[in-house]
Amino acid sequence: MIAHAEVFFYEPWWIQIVKALVIFLVIFLILPILIVYERKLLGRFQARYGPNRVGPFGLLQPLAEIVKFATKEPSRPTTSVGFLYRIAPMISILTAVASLALIPFGDVQHIFGQRVGLYGIDVSVGPLYVFAFGGIAFYGIMLGGWASGSKYAFLGAMRGAAQLISYEVSQGLALVGCVIAAQTLSLTGIVHAQGNIWFFIPQIVGFLIFLVASFAETNRAPFDLLEADSEIIGYFTEYGGTGWVAYEFAEYANMIVVSGIMVTFFFGGWLLPFGIHPPGWVDPIVVLAKIFLFLTFFIWVRATLPRLRYDQLMSFGWKILLPLATLNLLVTAIVVVA
Amino acid sequence: MTYDPGDVVEVVREPPINAAASLYRTFGETLRGLKTTFARIAEGPTTIQYPEEKTPVYPRFRGRHKLHRFEDTGLEKCVGCSLCAAACPADCIRVVAAENTPENRISAGERYAAVYEINLSRCIFCGYCEVACPFDAITMGHDYELSDYTRSDLIFTKEMLLAEPVERTPLRAEGE
Repeated sequence: MIAHAEVFFYEPWWIQIVKALVIFLVIFLILPILIVYERKLLGRFQARYGPNRVGPFGLLQPLAEIVKFATKEPSRPTTSVGFLYRIAPMISILTAVASLALIPFGDVQHIFGQRVGLYGIDVSVGPLYVFAFGGIAFYGIMLGGWASGSKYAFLGAMRGAAQLISYEVSQGLALVGCVIAAQTLSLTGIVHAQGNIWFFIPQIVGFLIFLVASFAETNRAPFDLLEADSEIIGYFTEYGGTGWVAYEFAEYANMIVVSGIMVTFFFGGWLLPFGIHPPGWVDPIVVLAKIFLFLTFFIWVRATLPRLRYDQLMSFGWKILLPLATLNLLVTAIVVVA
Repeated sequence: MTYDPGDVVEVVREPPINAAASLYRTFGETLRGLKTTFARIAEGPTTIQYPEEKTPVYPRFRGRHKLHRFEDTGLEKCVGCSLCAAACPADCIRVVAAENTPENRISAGERYAAVYEINLSRCIFCGYCEVACPFDAITMGHDYELSDYTRSDLIFTKEMLLAEPVERTPLRAEGE
């Protein structure tokens, strides 16, 4: 017998398709904005302007870059494995976008006489779904590095996989605290459980662990070893043009996913503090605004902290974050039961 | 004078390893770093948007040469003595002198420079020509935007050197 995950609420099939398209399109359109925002903000952090030449205020910079990358000659090393080399960036994008389906942008609303949940899907295995796709994301990196047929790309992929595995453990354990406190695995359920108090106050340790581990999971500074812009030794060393853009796309989509998960688990999703209850259509805006704050923090940290050494990265993940996450989990469990 | 460390040499050692203290140091320093970078936003960008905004130069900046005229009579100061050409280490100045005549009077002296060319693709902007000139006829200006598409365009003739530059380079204000 196959055990199916329980889906709490679902709409007619055509609404599901429209929802999937809307979520994908919104995120797809946010990505270029995020890229230009990051570069302009990084510039400000470094006392310079950032891109300001292409279009008004440099806002068309990502467009110019997309054109540049798309018109590059596709090439691959003679030692690479063609099929896998092409499919690996797609896996990365797929897993990043698939995780978006879980992030709740609002509660169930009445739109045109239909009841529509403002999220991709609400399943009884919420965080597991996210981490399952996080697990598949390894293949994007491992296959990309291995299929490139280059020693540097291969070493980069190995380091990358080791880093992702190390930090995914603490990330998962940090979320379990919230799940225990909310007594449900459904992400909308977790948001509803934060009606009284957002989980980042009782789960502050879990939040900090998740935050730090998220930097490692999304390959952002100070844990961007597998990218290491200055050394250019990473799993996508041999990728150029559209393949490289695909990995970049996945990285930024992952940033949005991780920010969305932090908002959902620790910052009350679409809820607002001080008992403000806005109409339903405001909910997605609230969630996006909170996500935006986290993205700003990601960029801020990137502008501040230098990259860690590999052994520091590993010992920090296994010797500090993991025991802390386990301790946090134990304490939460004891408090909830007692 | 030799360095005298005195009787007691103070050795600064790293702080003892202590979990709580090192945790505080890690987080404290991280927060301090975040504060430092955030202060840069409040400060605003310090870069100069070059083609629109130019870097102001100091008064003694040595840019493109200028030839001068007397302000009252309008005669050229250069008398074609070729001292600048003799002083030039890069050998980029070419002067051909000619006699002034009563009906065609160009400079204040006996002779004038019929040809005065500076090859700016060779010029090293040392300013020796300015120093050598007995009449202050040639000085170094402030213009530094001298790129061109062909080498021959970089040979500046007397008319070009006498004319005012098309665009003036901003001068640094007092104390800037």
